[in-house]
Amino acid sequence: MPGNTPIAASKPPKRTSMSRSRLSQFRKYKVLYIISLPGLLYFIVFKYIPLLGSAMAFQDYNIFNGFSASPWVGLEHFRRMFEYSEFLRILKNTILIGGYDLIFAFPVPIILAILLNEMRVVLFKRVLQTVVYMPHFLSWVIIGGIAIGILSPSTGLVNSMLESLGLDSIYFLGEESYIRSILVGSGIWKDSGWGTIVYLAALAGINPELYEAARIDGANRWKQISKITIPAILPTVVIMFLLHIGNFLDFGFERVFVFLNPLNENSGDILDTYIYRVGLIQQQYSYTTAIGLFKSVVGLGLIMIGNTLSKKATGSGLY
Amino acid sequence: MQPSSKLRRFHLFDCMNYIFMTLLGIMMIFPILHVLAKSLSSEAAINSGRVSLIPVDLTFDNYQVILNDPSILRAFGVSVFITVVGTLINLVSTASLAYPLSRQEYQGRKPILMLILVTFIFSAPLIPNFLLIKNLHLLDTLWALMIPGAISAYNLFIMRSFYMSLPNELIDCARTDGASELRIIWSVVLPLSKPIMATMGLFYAVTHWNSYSQALYYINSRTLYPLQLRLQEIVMNNSMAEAGGLMEELSNVSPSGVQMSVIIVSVLPIMLVYPFLQKYFVKGMLIGSIKS
Repeated sequence: MPGNTPIAASKPPKRTSMSRSRLSQFRKYKVLYIISLPGLLYFIVFKYIPLLGSAMAFQDYNIFNGFSASPWVGLEHFRRMFEYSEFLRILKNTILIGGYDLIFAFPVPIILAILLNEMRVVLFKRVLQTVVYMPHFLSWVIIGGIAIGILSPSTGLVNSMLESLGLDSIYFLGEESYIRSILVGSGIWKDSGWGTIVYLAALAGINPELYEAARIDGANRWKQISKITIPAILPTVVIMFLLHIGNFLDFGFERVFVFLNPLNENSGDILDTYIYRVGLIQQQYSYTTAIGLFKSVVGLGLIMIGNTLSKKATGSGLY
Repeated sequence: MQPSSKLRRFHLFDCMNYIFMTLLGIMMIFPILHVLAKSLSSEAAINSGRVSLIPVDLTFDNYQVILNDPSILRAFGVSVFITVVGTLINLVSTASLAYPLSRQEYQGRKPILMLILVTFIFSAPLIPNFLLIKNLHLLDTLWALMIPGAISAYNLFIMRSFYMSLPNELIDCARTDGASELRIIWSVVLPLSKPIMATMGLFYAVTHWNSYSQALYYINSRTLYPLQLRLQEIVMNNSMAEAGGLMEELSNVSPSGVQMSVIIVSVLPIMLVYPFLQKYFVKGMLIGSIKS
């Protein structure tokens, strides 16, 4: 931009002309800066201040002393965390539930997208998409309410089916052994249809001539799927997998809290529900902030490791 | 011989696929029909386990109970309020940051974008957020449900990529015509942003309508409970009572028919806008996935 006019170019100190043109640019577009102010302020106040406030994980935060007067205790809370058998049990729950989610819930949208893509009757496909996207828009309370209603030992649909088959009715939400399956299963019901969108978009980009050529060469449907379809969506799968890995410990507060009761808490409690109960209700502020930080750092670490591995293996990653 | 067997194989795959997918569709619909049927059945029929997909002893009593319960009606009103006002706050604050960040003329947008991306990847734990809300005196006000989530970084990036896709010539043209920057935003950019505003508005509105954790963290007064939190309370009380075998003894346990009708009432607004939702959400998802 400097040197646009001969006069600007002839001025010897280049820096002043640069800053002057910057200033005039700034003046010219000051409206842009003004309207961006509230948004920038928002990120500073509601994102960066709490992030700085996370330093209280290294303090013995006391609500009366406040942030500045509370004593610093270093890594004390992190050490305490790993000495609590309660914390270790909940960490184990979180890892197990996250692991089941990765194994059972992650592949479902991929398979559904491939099957949807194989459907040739457009109307049928459209109707089906409308139906499978729908649960995504229901809240977790509603999903929880529906699940509790269906699984109810006395009035639920599942148990009346079991009874009509001559089997005993089961109190699904009252036993530790079912809670993890219910948590992962309800997520599959809610979001696997919606999850197909990303993969369907990737599938739509495949050149139809590839299938044409494969058919002429005598490849059957399975061959076409395994040799054309799957390789085509593999990069998308890798990216979604990395995002999923980064959220490994973030199974979600709302979806678990609604299912918890004293009978299943032992296997169903995760870090987020623990942080709410011990942090907010019992007010162990510093300790639970330490847990929260631990969770964020692990998530970041997992994303970075996954990204490096993916770059090595496939040449593409998130960043 | 060969081609005909291949043809049959194609046929078999398709058959299986259509049957499987139909079953899947049924699995998605049945639970909701079951809840609807229960909400329209008498308590006696529900308790005897006779209700599956069709209402037994058709009655509107359960809905009558809701209409006579001021706490549920109030919660419905609170939810409508935070959805409407909250979404307006979201749209104004997201758009007014996304547009400048999409312009070449805005100095320093690269570092700002990086700093915003950081908050997207690494977010603060619950307690520092809670203390911030407390220190700002937003605790136990409806603002606590609308201000802290005013801009979602994800939506900001989607909106920014929409503004970046607007043709530059359009804005340059308006500039050479002597229009001020404000005028350009008002009469050129805003009218063009209708589709992205609709998409983002629905994104935000559904989040507001469906969320209950924010209210659980920040709201104490029962008069300020949004519908989802009230519903969560009803569902949870019931589940707790069932867990303790106290079904009949607890007075705050709602009959399951009433529970089911509260579920239907809170699903209804979503279902009414679902046709729009599907159209705009899919579009928004695609913009998001392509750009990121």
